[in-house]
Amino acid sequence: MMLEVEGLASRYGRIPALSGINLRVGEGELVSLVGANGAGKTTLLRALSGVQPVSAGRVHFEGEDITAAAAEKRVRLGIVQVPEGRQVFAPLSVEDNLRLGAYLRSKAEAAESMERIYAMFPVLKQKRREPAGALSGGQQQMLAMGRGLMALPRLLLLDEPSMGLAPKLVEEIFACVRALKSAKTTIFLVDQNARAALAVADRAYVLETGRIVLAGSGAELLENEQVKEAYLGL
Amino acid sequence: MSPQFVQYLLTGLTVGAIYALVALGFSIIFNASHVINFAQGEFVMIGGMATVSLVAVGLPYLLAIPLAIATAALVGLALEKFAVEPARDASVVTLIIITIGASMFLRGLAMLVWDKNLHALKPITGDKPIAIAGATILPQSVWVLGVTLAIVVALSWFFGRTLLGKAMLATSHNRLAAQLVGINVRMVLFLSFGLSAALGAIAGILIAPITTTSYDVGVMLGLKGFAAAILGGLGSGIGAVIGGLVLGIVETMSAGYLSSAYKDAIAFVIILVVLFFLPSGLFGKRGGERV
Ligand SMILES: Nc1ncnc2c1ncn2[C@@H]1O[C@H](COP(=O)(O)OP(=O)(O)OP(=O)(O)O)[C@@H](O)[C@H]1O
Ligand SMILES: [Mg+2]
Repeated sequence: MMLEVEGLASRYGRIPALSGINLRVGEGELVSLVGANGAGKTTLLRALSGVQPVSAGRVHFEGEDITAAAAEKRVRLGIVQVPEGRQVFAPLSVEDNLRLGAYLRSKAEAAESMERIYAMFPVLKQKRREPAGALSGGQQQMLAMGRGLMALPRLLLLDEPSMGLAPKLVEEIFACVRALKSAKTTIFLVDQNARAALAVADRAYVLETGRIVLAGSGAELLENEQVKEAYLGL
Repeated sequence: MSPQFVQYLLTGLTVGAIYALVALGFSIIFNASHVINFAQGEFVMIGGMATVSLVAVGLPYLLAIPLAIATAALVGLALEKFAVEPARDASVVTLIIITIGASMFLRGLAMLVWDKNLHALKPITGDKPIAIAGATILPQSVWVLGVTLAIVVALSWFFGRTLLGKAMLATSHNRLAAQLVGINVRMVLFLSFGLSAALGAIAGILIAPITTTSYDVGVMLGLKGFAAAILGGLGSGIGAVIGGLVLGIVETMSAGYLSSAYKDAIAFVIILVVLFFLPSGLFGKRGGERV
């Protein structure tokens, strides 16, 4: 298993946000996490990235215990997150945002990856000298994805990549997720668009108030009555 | 322009450049942590006083000045490591109070290590005034202006062109995203203290031949630098420079044309007026690049 999480718990002050989280992501898999607003999805991804303290449990990445590893160490190992709400460096240029995505890599490696990102999202190339904050929401999401890919992720954590986007852009973002998947990138995906997130997933977990309450293949969960009722609006 | 006006302008630019260097120090630390480092003035003092000591034991400026700057930078790094870093999860207000404590501690220490006297440094290259447009300028003022200009150019290259500089900027704009791309944000804060201390020390060394230095010189210079940073917009590099120059010129003009009694009050008035009417300063957050 690439990622193994056992008994993970996390809290904000004294308020628990996650408890007893067990999950696994295998190499090359696309695993989705669905859950209502405030269920703790973002908290979980942040804990995996080392920017949210954990109060119990273990996290292993490719066999190595990274429970206490610093955020930059995890990026170096290949755990890369595209955060909720894009979080681009607004006043910096599009190109600088991308270059910073490859902060831990050499200039030559970064240049090579940047060409790939520009080929994937030509609009970013067009706007490469503009401040990231001047891009539209969809373009900022592409930039956030591009910045994440610049780090050459082995495990890509995507937090709500389609949030707040028009339907056509949502489709584009999911097309991009599918393309990454077929290029064998391992992905852990959180999206409020539960139907789409389950449809692309090999496997998925359902999170409710900080606990995992269901797990199964994407297809299974799409057919699950509880899931249908709570998350698919059927 | 009357010669008198030119004279005030030159003097104002000189002190203004010093304020600008101190203000840059405030802004760099503010960007890395949102902390206003009230020990910034002590770095200015350490720069000047350490140079005085090193010269007194016989070192030439060529060695004494770099050593004094390094000393201040080390004090800055130690301050971050031993006082700020252990409290990194505390609120910004707590951190600011820590820097106030550190500033009193450093001033007390300076009084013990050195003394309470005023010390003059020799000008770097003589004290024969140079005539310009009916006014005169001291060679030391030329040093102040030239070094400040060089530092501004170097800083804009660092923050605009180097990956580390961009990473420091990125951290100030979005700390979470900076961590997620693998920037060690604690290291950024550590470096910011070292860099700010070095800038402060340079200011303290440059001004000492003009105004003398002493263990408590950092109180007033720190305050002036703070006023300049607020005026320009805390966190803005260009703002710190313009804020410093404007404050220096306004101060000198008012001392010259009105009364020197109010000179030091100008900084307080500027702080109050800006906080009331222009909270983000001249170049604050509203777009543009922050250092
Ligand atoms: N910084 C914070 N301080 C205190 N509580 C927080 C903080 N961030 C999140 N929480 C709380 O923790 C819980 C989990 O939040 P989290 O953001 O992880 O949920 P989420 O599943 O990502 O929700 P959403 O779908 O809205 O993104 C929520 O109850 C939230 O109110
Ligand atoms: Mg969330």
